[in-house]
Amino acid sequence: MEVGQMQRQWLDYTRSLFIEGFLDGQFLQLEQLQDDNNPDFVVEVVSLFFQDSHKLLNDLTIALDQKSVDFKKIDAHVHQLKGSSSSIGAQRVKNCCIAFRNFCEEQNTDACLKCLHQVKQECCLVKNKLETLFRLEQQIMAAGGSIPMMELSF
Amino acid sequence: MTSQNLSTQLRALVVDDNILNRKIHERMLNGLGVECMVVANGKEAVDVHFYGQSFDLILMDKDMPIMNGIEATKELRSMGINSLIVGVSSRSMEAEIREFMEAGLNDYHVKPLTTHKLASIIHNINPNYATK
Repeated sequence: MEVGQMQRQWLDYTRSLFIEGFLDGQFLQLEQLQDDNNPDFVVEVVSLFFQDSHKLLNDLTIALDQKSVDFKKIDAHVHQLKGSSSSIGAQRVKNCCIAFRNFCEEQNTDACLKCLHQVKQECCLVKNKLETLFRLEQQIMAAGGSIPMMELSF
Repeated sequence: MTSQNLSTQLRALVVDDNILNRKIHERMLNGLGVECMVVANGKEAVDVHFYGQSFDLILMDKDMPIMNGIEATKELRSMGINSLIVGVSSRSMEAEIREFMEAGLNDYHVKPLTTHKLASIIHNINPNYATK
């Protein structure tokens, strides 16, 4: 595949992630922070997010498995995850967290368990999507091309 | 690249318990030509001042362990720290914002921050500060 085609594929894929709600404008903020002095900024931040969320999801699983559920603790973890997902523009993960916190407030264990399952799924989905995106970027760079400037024109 | 007079180099302190926010806000501020230090909670923010550091801008998260943003802001003001303290939080309930402002903030912004919001904050500190 020639570079022009790869770049169009990257643009189409990126646009689809926004249209399907996986990413929001905050992700574009991250892209704008990447430059020659910080060439891997987006990958670094995204990797950090997945390390952080992996730990939070483990902690949440353990916390919801207790005989006596500590909803304050769970809320604190979900608040962290909501903050992190919001900061990188992982919109669907963030929205799951908002619902999750509402059920924490109601102290509804069953609903919280459902939310946990959902948020794990959304983290998995966005991880796969972003890994695909980064792979496309690497292919473009390897072929001597550059990543197109992302325009929010849809 | 705009050359800055060293004596006008702005310094900021990022206070946030979330590792991602610390990294992103630091990068945003660096990108705007502002030198940055990052700490993970209110107590660390108070400690760095206690040990003699000073900043033009403090970005203070609200919800943090050990010492939260409200307590840290009150403590810093009682120590005589007059730096611009901008509260940052994802919480948006009016009562909570008011409580945070009354602790001694100059301004408050909802997270996530953008480069644009930070540029306007810096402009308030020094209208002549050349940001990218």
